[in-house]
Amino acid sequence: MTADTLSSLGSPGAVALMVSALLFSIGVIGVLLRRNAIIVFMCIELMLNAVNITLVAFSRVHGIDGQILVVFVMAVAAAEAAVGLAIIISVFRHYEVVDLDRFRVLKW
Amino acid sequence: MADFLFFLFAGGAVFGSLMMVTRRNPVTAVIFLVAVFFSTTGMFLLLDAHYIAAINVILYGGAIMVLFLFVIMLLNLGHANWSDLRSPFAGLVVGAIGVAFLGMLVQKLLGGAGVLASEPAGAALRAATEEQGIVGVVAGPLFTEYVVVLEVTGILLLVAIVGTIRLARRESA
Amino acid sequence: MTFPQEHVAGAFAPVAPALILALPLLGAVLNGLGAFLWPDNKRLPTLIGPGVLVAAFAVVVANFVAMAGAAPHEPVVAHLWTWIESGDLRVGVDLQFDQLSMIMCMIITGVGSLIHIYSVGYMRADPGYSRYFSYLNLFVFFMLILVLGSSFALMFVGWEGVGLCSYLLIGFWYQNRAYADAGKKAFIVNRIGDAGFLIAMFMLFGVFGTLDFAPITTTAADTLPYGGLLVTGITLLLFLGCTGKSAQIPLYVWLPDAMAGPTPVSALIHAATMVTAGVYLVARTSVLFALAPTSQAVVAAVGAGTAIFAATIAIQQYDIKKVLAYSTISQLGYMFLAVGVGAFTAGVFHLMTHAFFKALLFLGAGAVIHTVHHAWDHAAHGDADAHRGDPNDMRNHGGLRAFMPRTWACMWVATLAIAGVFPFAGFFSKDEIIWSAGAYGYPLLWGVSIVTAVLTAVYMTRLMVMTFHGSNRTFGHEGEIPALQHLREAPAVMWVPLAVLAVLSLVGGWVNIPEALPLPRIDWLHHWLEPVIAPAAAVAEAHGVHAAHASPVGGGEALWAGISTLLGLGAVLVTFRVLGRRRVPTEAEASAPEGFARVLHDKWYVDELYDRVIIRPSIALWRACWKIVDAGIIDGAVNGGGHVVRLSGWLGAQLQTGRVTTYLVVFVIGALLVLGALG
Repeated sequence: MTADTLSSLGSPGAVALMVSALLFSIGVIGVLLRRNAIIVFMCIELMLNAVNITLVAFSRVHGIDGQILVVFVMAVAAAEAAVGLAIIISVFRHYEVVDLDRFRVLKW
Repeated sequence: MADFLFFLFAGGAVFGSLMMVTRRNPVTAVIFLVAVFFSTTGMFLLLDAHYIAAINVILYGGAIMVLFLFVIMLLNLGHANWSDLRSPFAGLVVGAIGVAFLGMLVQKLLGGAGVLASEPAGAALRAATEEQGIVGVVAGPLFTEYVVVLEVTGILLLVAIVGTIRLARRESA
Repeated sequence: MTFPQEHVAGAFAPVAPALILALPLLGAVLNGLGAFLWPDNKRLPTLIGPGVLVAAFAVVVANFVAMAGAAPHEPVVAHLWTWIESGDLRVGVDLQFDQLSMIMCMIITGVGSLIHIYSVGYMRADPGYSRYFSYLNLFVFFMLILVLGSSFALMFVGWEGVGLCSYLLIGFWYQNRAYADAGKKAFIVNRIGDAGFLIAMFMLFGVFGTLDFAPITTTAADTLPYGGLLVTGITLLLFLGCTGKSAQIPLYVWLPDAMAGPTPVSALIHAATMVTAGVYLVARTSVLFALAPTSQAVVAAVGAGTAIFAATIAIQQYDIKKVLAYSTISQLGYMFLAVGVGAFTAGVFHLMTHAFFKALLFLGAGAVIHTVHHAWDHAAHGDADAHRGDPNDMRNHGGLRAFMPRTWACMWVATLAIAGVFPFAGFFSKDEIIWSAGAYGYPLLWGVSIVTAVLTAVYMTRLMVMTFHGSNRTFGHEGEIPALQHLREAPAVMWVPLAVLAVLSLVGGWVNIPEALPLPRIDWLHHWLEPVIAPAAAVAEAHGVHAAHASPVGGGEALWAGISTLLGLGAVLVTFRVLGRRRVPTEAEASAPEGFARVLHDKWYVDELYDRVIIRPSIALWRACWKIVDAGIIDGAVNGGGHVVRLSGWLGAQLQTGRVTTYLVVFVIGALLVLGALG
């Protein structure tokens, strides 16, 4: 970390970025660690939210475009959550569980 | 004062996310995620992104999480009768990956942090908000510069709806 | 620098030079076609085979007479066309007409004609009649190229060509595996000699910038330093080729095996013509050898050594053709002894007389074999299972004088000629060689050649005694087939050539009678070959090499001529008495020889030595190359490449587990890498 960043610790922007990084990483860990498909989805939502934080933090400096992007990210997140859950429901009807390790049919 | 609140919200977000990732019961995980969303909303407010904060709560907390709960209840997954965490070895590997990610992100992002050090950063935003209002400051560019993207996003949502209905339909003979 | 072409003082112009070559080639082609299209027609090859040879002989005689009249001092080269023109190298199909090539052509076409006529009788019953004459004509074609070629390159074409024809004719009855192997052996062993020839050619081109004989002969003395490393190397490599083609130590081993071919082939190729190619080569490049005294000594020593070595083996052979084969090797040794000591004319002289009496001996042996074989066939009345011995084995002959008097007489003429008895041809030529060895300062070789002469007389007399004298033993295996009543003289088409050759074996030596003898002096051959030998003689003169007038132990030429003829005659008579009394066991009841006789019978185990020391390690090496290098390393590398590809494919396929979890992990790791790569 540079001297600038050291001195800027404590300012809301920098903390926001750190939190974003942390949340994103935790989301990644969650995606890889959990077998329950629904929990995995929730972790993905967490990751998206972390990104939103970064975008908002930078939009303080670089203009409103960051927040516009956040709007779109949220819209896409919603759409993706809906479709993903629909898939899970449809898969559940066949497998009776939502254990990711049981889904092996992506091979040919 | 603002700083203290900010740290509070930040800590809450982190704590909530950690909890969410480790809960067995999906419903508990949902609740913690909602808590995370509340915390991030607070952070947005303190970063002068009022509109974003509002829709964060409405969309994420109110719509998406409710959807998740619906599905959980629908599939009767509300019981914590199976541990879906992987083996400790997997945990180690995943942890390593996570730490790697964290390090990478921190290194990339904090390069830009120096820009945020100065307090006047945000001044332009606040001024614009004063002028056009909370919604206006986002809506203005949204319906002028980004109107095409907006429309496309609308179509995207339409597609998502159609797809969801089609996917979730019960195959009837 | 231009070289004399057709316009020479005395104006010798070659008479229809291309015809000399074209006739045998035409014969080969026509007979070859006949072999394919009308294999049962015997009239066509009978007419064409000997016919083209006699016609070629006529053309050669015309040229000979013309040359005798014009007496040119330089070779006359007839250009036919340019074959190779590449950079500095120009090889033309040019025929060199000089005294040496004319002598050789006379021998080839003359003796060749007689042998072709003989073959009409000998090969009459053979189904491969047309093919035989095709190959034989082709051989004469290549042999003529060899002696008429005006450059090393063209000579080499002939050299290789006769090697090919030798292979084809040795393995003529190729269905027999042993015969086919003999053909292969001849070709392969010759190849080793050819390598030496080729390297010598490369060196010659490097030094002289041309491969033509005329410019090389003229400028050799000025270009190459006397006794230098370069000229010694070139001549030794050329001599390596000679040891292969002319069956000297160490590459003689193919010649006894070559007896697997039909007997007229042995007469023509392995007695009169092809094996003399080496002697011709040394005579042709005499100036080079004169410039390299070390090489000359090597040639002489190898020649004399081979002569006595082969003679010792001949004494213990029972196959009539094998005796003659080793005799040929021995006599070739004499020729090389002659050209080695510097008596080039003597070498060519012996080449000529040897062609006469050796061809006669082989054809006579062929007549004997033919008769015995026929007699057994008749006696067995077509019973193929009847026990028969080897018709070549002399232990199955005996007492044939009564049945084949003409053959007997002709063979005795040849025997006396080869034994060096006055006044037969062999006396003059062999005597000149022995004398030259002594006169040019090689006392050891002189002694060796005298001993060899005695051995020669001994083994030849033994051959005659076992075949024609004594009691008859041609009753086949275990006395089952009485064949006596079926033995008869050879047909006229076979014994007339024998008679002609017998006359030549008698008078052939009279072309060169040394002045030391109290006889009318005729040194026609010396004069005839003088222009060809002149460059070499000049070199010898310049470096103080000259012939002495007394033998190493004293006494003049006349004395030693008398001694050698008496020795020869004495050896014949003594052997005749001693062996004539002994009873010879037939092949069936004969036991293997013992002791030293066994060593001689088994050819001093040279073939076995070669097998152990050269062939088996080579085969092991080649097997290693095959198994380890080719199959192991190269195939392994190629197959290994395939395996690597399959392996990497398999590895890649492992990524496609079909499990969502795997894909998630890969996804995340990929994102990590991308993130890392971004600035």
